[in-house]
Amino acid sequence: MKESVVSAKKPIKTVIGPIHPALKEPIKFIFEIDGEKVIKVDLAPGHNHRGLEWMATRRNAVQTLYVSERICGICSISHSIAYCRAIEQAADIEVPVRADYLRTIFAEMERIHSHLLWAGVAALELGFDTLFYKAWEVREDLMDLLEYLTGNRVNYGVLQIGGVRRDITPDQHARINKSLLNYTILFDELYDMFLEDTVLRMRCRDTGVLTPEDALKLCTVGPVIRASGIATDVRQDFPYCAYGDLDIKAITPEALAGEVHGDVFDRIIVRLLEVKQSIEIIQQSMKKMPIGPLTNFPKLMVLLNHIKQAEGEGIGRHEAPRGEVFHYIRLAANQESPLVWKVKASTYSNAMSWVKMLEGEQIADIPIIVASVDPCISCTDRVAMVDKGRTSIFTQDDLRRLSRKKTERIRQGLK
Amino acid sequence: MNDNILTPEQVVEQFQQCLGDGLQASRIVKRSEGLKSAESIQIWLTIDKTKIKIAVQQLCDIQYPHLSVISGCDMGEGIELLYHFFIYYGVARGEYSVTIRTTLPKTDLIIDTITDLIPGALTSEREKQEFFGLQVLNIPDSRRMFLPDDFPEGVYPWRKDETGIKEEMVKKLHEVGKAEGAQRRAKNK
Repeated sequence: MKESVVSAKKPIKTVIGPIHPALKEPIKFIFEIDGEKVIKVDLAPGHNHRGLEWMATRRNAVQTLYVSERICGICSISHSIAYCRAIEQAADIEVPVRADYLRTIFAEMERIHSHLLWAGVAALELGFDTLFYKAWEVREDLMDLLEYLTGNRVNYGVLQIGGVRRDITPDQHARINKSLLNYTILFDELYDMFLEDTVLRMRCRDTGVLTPEDALKLCTVGPVIRASGIATDVRQDFPYCAYGDLDIKAITPEALAGEVHGDVFDRIIVRLLEVKQSIEIIQQSMKKMPIGPLTNFPKLMVLLNHIKQAEGEGIGRHEAPRGEVFHYIRLAANQESPLVWKVKASTYSNAMSWVKMLEGEQIADIPIIVASVDPCISCTDRVAMVDKGRTSIFTQDDLRRLSRKKTERIRQGLK
Repeated sequence: MNDNILTPEQVVEQFQQCLGDGLQASRIVKRSEGLKSAESIQIWLTIDKTKIKIAVQQLCDIQYPHLSVISGCDMGEGIELLYHFFIYYGVARGEYSVTIRTTLPKTDLIIDTITDLIPGALTSEREKQEFFGLQVLNIPDSRRMFLPDDFPEGVYPWRKDETGIKEEMVKKLHEVGKAEGAQRRAKNK
C-alpha cells in the first residue's frame, strides 16, 4: 500500500502518436504527466518520411513538380509555388506577370480553405459542433470553386515551371465573385461565433502560451509567430508573385484585441482575420491582373531542355497557410535531375514550439494546443499510458472526450 | 534590434570586417516579380567552416535572424552546408535572405553547433547529422530525427558516395508482383 502511494507521485510517461500514416504530418509526442499537468514534452517526428528529396534527384524537373504538389494534401499550391520559384531562379526563367497574379489567386484560395479546415477541427476538439459544420460548409464551397477553376479539388496540377497551366477567363469572374461574397457573409457569422463566445474565450485564453522571445529563438513561422505578436509574413517582407504589388500587412492579434497573449485564442484571431485578408487579396488581384501569356515555355520539351542546360541554384519561398515554406534547388549542367532539392515545410519550423506551449498545461488542453499550431490533428490518434509497466491505450476519442468535458465544465460554471 | 537598416553591400562589408580571410566569396542577387517589380534581395556568402559561429554571431548583432533551414549538398570531395537565414523580417518588402555556405571535407566532417545562438536550429542540425553522416559538435540532442530506429547504421540517404542509399534498399513499386503475374498468366493459358 505504502509503495503504491510513493509510485503514484512519480510522473507518468504518456506517448501520443506516432500517428495514422494516411495523414500528412505524423509526429509522436512523449509526455511526462504529473496528475493532470504536463511536465515534460519530447517529440519524435519522421514516421512518414517518404524520401521525396532523394526521389527528386532521380527525376526530371517537371516530374518533381508533381511530387512537390504531393508533399502536403492541403498546401499543394504552396509547395509547388516555392518549388517553381526555386527552379526559375536557378535556371533563370522569367514568369509572365499574369501568371504571377494567377499563382497569387490560387494560393489565397488555398489559404482560405486551409484556415477554414483548421477552424472546423479546432471547434470539434473543443466541442463546438455547430461551428465545425459551419466552417466546413464554407470550405466545401471553396473546394468546389477550386475544382471549377483548376479541375481538381486537391492536388490542383495548375502550376508549371515558368508560369501556370490554366487561365481564369472573364466568364468565370461571376462565379468567383458570387462565392467571395458568400464567404464575406459567412465570415462575419464565423467571426461572431468564434470571437464573441464567452466559453470559447475562457477555454482558449492563456492556454498554450508562446512568448515572442521563444517564438523567435525557435524559428517559428506563420500564424503561430504572428499570434505571439511578431509581424512577420513572407508576403509582406519578401516580395514575390503579385504580393509586391499589393498592400499586405502581417496580421497580429493586436489588430483586434489591442493586446498580445500569444495563446490559442490569439492564434484563432490571426487565422480568422487572415481569411478576410485572403478574400481581399483575391478581389484586388482579379482587378489588377494584366492580360498576357500564361507561360514563356508553352512546349514542355523546350522547358526541360532549358533546365537541363542550366547551371545554378535558387531559393523559393512562400507564405503557406501554416507559415513559410522554403525550397532550395541546385542544378548542374547537362543533367536532367537537380543535384539537390531541399524542402522545408511550415511544421518543420513550428514543431519545437510545441514543447514550450505544452509544458505546464493540462492533459485536457493537449488536443487544442496541438491543433492550434495547425499540424495534422491526428497526432492525437493513439495514446499509450505507461504506468509501472502497465500500458493502456488512450484513443483520440478519449482525449477529445476529456477536452470536451473541460469545455462543458466551464459552460456549467457560467450558468 | 538595430534601428538603422544596412544596405546589402554594408551587410557584406560587415562580414568582411569580422571574418577577414574567412570570407571566401560573396554575391548579392536581386530578383523582381509582379507589375511593380518589387525587388527581393539575396546575399550569398561562402565562409570557412571554422568561422561559422562568428558569422552567425555577426548576423545576430545585425538582427536576430530567422533560420529557415540548413540545406546541404554532397559535392564529391566534401559536403557543402548552406544556412538559409533571413534578417529584417517584419519590414514591408525589406527582408534580406542571407545564405551562409561552408564546405566540410569528407575527411573532417565536423562542424560547430549554432544551437547556443539559435535554439531552433536543433531540428535542422539533427537532420543533417543523420542524412549526411556528419558530426555537429556540442549538439544538445544527437538522437535521430526523421530516420526510423531500425534504419541501418552507416547509411546516409543524401550522400552520393558508397555510404548513400544502396540499390537493393530501393523498393521498386512498379515491379512488385510482376513476376508472379507473368507466372499466373502463363498458367492460365
